[in-house]
Amino acid sequence: MSDPLAIFDLLLAVAIVALALATLSVRDLFAAIVLFVVFGLLSALAWVRLSAPDVALAEAAIGTGVTGALLLKTLHHLRHVTGTPERAAMRGMTPGAPVPMPVIWANAAFCGLIALGLAVAFLGAPAAGPGFDALVAEAMPRSGVEHPVTAVLLNFRAYDTLMEVVVLLAAVIAVWQIERGLSEAPAPVLGEVFEGFARLTLPAIVVLGTYLLWKGAEAPGGAFQGGAVLAAVGLLLLLARLYVPQPSHRPLARWAFVLGTGAFAAVALLVTGGGRVAFEYPAEHAKTLILLIEGVVTISIAVTLAALFHGREPVAMAPGEAPAASRSGEARDAG
Amino acid sequence: MADILAAGLMALGAVFFIAGSVGLLRFPDVYCRLHALTKADGLGLALIALGVALRADSFGEVFRILLIWFFVAVASATGGHLIAAHARRSDREAGEGEAGNV
Repeated sequence: MSDPLAIFDLLLAVAIVALALATLSVRDLFAAIVLFVVFGLLSALAWVRLSAPDVALAEAAIGTGVTGALLLKTLHHLRHVTGTPERAAMRGMTPGAPVPMPVIWANAAFCGLIALGLAVAFLGAPAAGPGFDALVAEAMPRSGVEHPVTAVLLNFRAYDTLMEVVVLLAAVIAVWQIERGLSEAPAPVLGEVFEGFARLTLPAIVVLGTYLLWKGAEAPGGAFQGGAVLAAVGLLLLLARLYVPQPSHRPLARWAFVLGTGAFAAVALLVTGGGRVAFEYPAEHAKTLILLIEGVVTISIAVTLAALFHGREPVAMAPGEAPAASRSGEARDAG
Repeated sequence: MADILAAGLMALGAVFFIAGSVGLLRFPDVYCRLHALTKADGLGLALIALGVALRADSFGEVFRILLIWFFVAVASATGGHLIAAHARRSDREAGEGEAGNV
């Protein structure tokens, strides 16, 4: 116990495991989401302690912030469709059927399998191998950026990163298709205080998101962290009703969704030729290309995450239907 | 000297955080709990930020700590207001029959 922070680390580890168990075992969905968010924040802290600030930023911004908002939005929607159990009972509805046991067991088996795989991978890994540090350090001068994590993500294994962007694109396509016919849950009216808060923080969030993107070339940060922070701008705008999605905005949104994937793939293919393979940027243009990719990917990530939060595609509705439904809104989200 | 002062400020801030947490656990309804949380944690954060700022190396760091304090304080005040407003609306909806039951 020479490290003075050992006790802190131990408490942190125990708290993370305890929060994970509590998140899974608590019956109330709202409480589960709150616990999940706290779990994510402590995980981010754990990544900081493991000297992985890039992962910590991503965990805090995407794994906790955006995911928490998505989960709360989903819960709000679920309660609007089915009502809370008490409300459903008051209306004489039978509460939803419990999840069948085979499904629970299949889920548990699947999770167990993943845990087993992780355990095998962890125990099978060499205890103190050299890792890829030396390889990365050697290739850094040719990467075009100064920060090793960005070099790995956007250059050395850019193909993986492209696939991560594709996953987001696939998610928003699926959400727009699935929620096409669903009516919108009345959004809670958050009032002037929240609107003032949004107006005050919006410029700061824009600056922070752009800074994270720009800083990614030489320090922890990058497209995913910057994009998630900028997505918060979209969330605030949507929640404060400073922006209301219109059907006529759909083409623009679609362009923003595919911009990142399209530009990323185009760059990867255009650099081929002259003995180079895909993703092998010419060294003299590497920095420009990486910044270009990160810039457009950031825009795509921000717009896609905000659209995922909004959920349904803004389709044209019967006249007089939409504004009335959203104004009479009562907040049931924080049950 | 500055270190001792910084440590003292941070310890005092931690005391306020503990007081806020105790209030959260012990107070009877959502409004009292919010009162305990927002006041105590706001002051606790301010004290800890002050303590950390005393140990900062440059003016830039102090400025960033100040920014963090400002935005956390604004966000927590707004959050407190939203929770309280929601609780009040739920109370009204639940009707006078179950007044006070949150």
